[in-house]
Amino acid sequence: MSPARPAQSSPSAPEDPPVVNDGVEVVRAVLEPAEISRALSRIAHEVLERNKGAEHLVLLGIPTRGVTLAHRLAARLASIEGTEVPVGTLDVTMHRDDLRRQAFRTIARTDLPEGGIDDQIVVLVDDVLYSGRTIRAALDALSEFGRPRAVRLAVLVDRGHRELPIRADHVGKNLPTSTLERVRVRLSEVDGGEDVVSITGGVAK
Amino acid sequence: MRHLLSTADLSQAEAIQILDVADQMAATQKREIKKLPTLRGRTVVNLFYEDSTRTRISFEAAAKRLSADVINFSAKGSSVSKGESLKDTALTLKAMGADAVVVRHSVSGAPHRLAHAGWIDGTIVNAGDGTHEHPTQALLDAYTLRQRLVPDAIGADLKGKRVAIVGDVLHSRVARSNVTLLNTLGAEVVLVTPPTLLPVGIDHWPCTTSYDLDDVVNGGHGDLDAVMMLRVQRERMHDAFFPSAREYSRRYGLDARRMNRLPEGALVMHPGPMNRGLEITAEAADSPRSTIVEQVANGVAVRMAVLYLLLSGQAEGKDA
Repeated sequence: MSPARPAQSSPSAPEDPPVVNDGVEVVRAVLEPAEISRALSRIAHEVLERNKGAEHLVLLGIPTRGVTLAHRLAARLASIEGTEVPVGTLDVTMHRDDLRRQAFRTIARTDLPEGGIDDQIVVLVDDVLYSGRTIRAALDALSEFGRPRAVRLAVLVDRGHRELPIRADHVGKNLPTSTLERVRVRLSEVDGGEDVVSITGGVAK
Repeated sequence: MRHLLSTADLSQAEAIQILDVADQMAATQKREIKKLPTLRGRTVVNLFYEDSTRTRISFEAAAKRLSADVINFSAKGSSVSKGESLKDTALTLKAMGADAVVVRHSVSGAPHRLAHAGWIDGTIVNAGDGTHEHPTQALLDAYTLRQRLVPDAIGADLKGKRVAIVGDVLHSRVARSNVTLLNTLGAEVVLVTPPTLLPVGIDHWPCTTSYDLDDVVNGGHGDLDAVMMLRVQRERMHDAFFPSAREYSRRYGLDARRMNRLPEGALVMHPGPMNRGLEITAEAADSPRSTIVEQVANGVAVRMAVLYLLLSGQAEGKDA
């Protein structure tokens, strides 16, 4: 379990040990705005280092928050390297393998950059990497649009519990969690307020 | 939502959701590879007791683009012609494991019976029942209207739009479904029809009526955003509802003269199949205002959305 930070949104919650009482969930903030910003800057540098520059790069965000992160990453790449990296959106809903079990999911837009993805280095961007099923769906979705030279994966948080042989190339923070917990990513562009990554509830007895 | 039997069952939020999903489905149909794996391993049965071109092909294309397996059943050439009842056919389909049954029947209420009699486990989609309802047609009409008339379509309703539905309202399931859905979406509907083709109980429909097409076209009920022509359903007419086809055409047909008096940008719609020369002239049907071919293309996207919405998350629904 990662060290708990006192939760700002629920000051009355007991700090140690965190417990769930009658549906009152404990929220622990694990990444704060400055940390999220630093993690993204580091990922931007890693992407450029790995790719030896910004050439042939295409960033594809997975809705909803992956798209926001992809745009932020692109802004950083532009400020470091001085070149505009195309950003797109890749919706994976219709390629998921759990549609039958999960309640209805809304479908978001898919917008690929004008040049397409053929022979490009595609960097998929998502907020949380968990079972790996979203990424599998993304790889399937991607194959419908073309054949990238390589596909890489950048995530803000890797919380473990993979169900498929998938790993991220660039990780903002590794966050060991219990499967009972929920990791929530809030970004100012989407959710308003401050950026925050928090872990909610679900402490095993 | 477990079945789609009537547009009256749809709340405004649900209707808008279907149109929004249809928008995304339409976007996938512009790709080089149109097929999506979404409904892989599911079986959709098209159970058609009545002739249809558009609706059956459209449902078949929609199901196939989502990778579902499609079984087409038409009453002609099946055991129905040997006298098999709807119940026995339904039990057969149940035994074959149909996840969704798209049904068209000449008897009003047949899909409702299938959905609630416990003969079959699958989801029922009404593809037109008698003179009752044709919800996917109304949804694709609403989708077409929204796409053409509302600039920022996603999430929007049809508030403030005025649509005239002209012709054989009595026999039209399209009219019934459209009046309900357009009203749910906030649009105003004017029915224009000869008095003989007005159904009983029209006072309870959420719309106004008129017997004078020229008056409505000239703006007698306010400026129109679209005119929806209905097919004169001769196969359901066992009485003389109007003196002659020529007189009907003169008074209630849409020709170039009437079309040109419509406000600029107003659409000409028809659910098909058309009787060219009777309710609509070739000039009107083929004009740039006409959305008739577009409606067919939109039909696939809307039906994909309906199948996706009804069939996703079904396992969870069964547990509950």
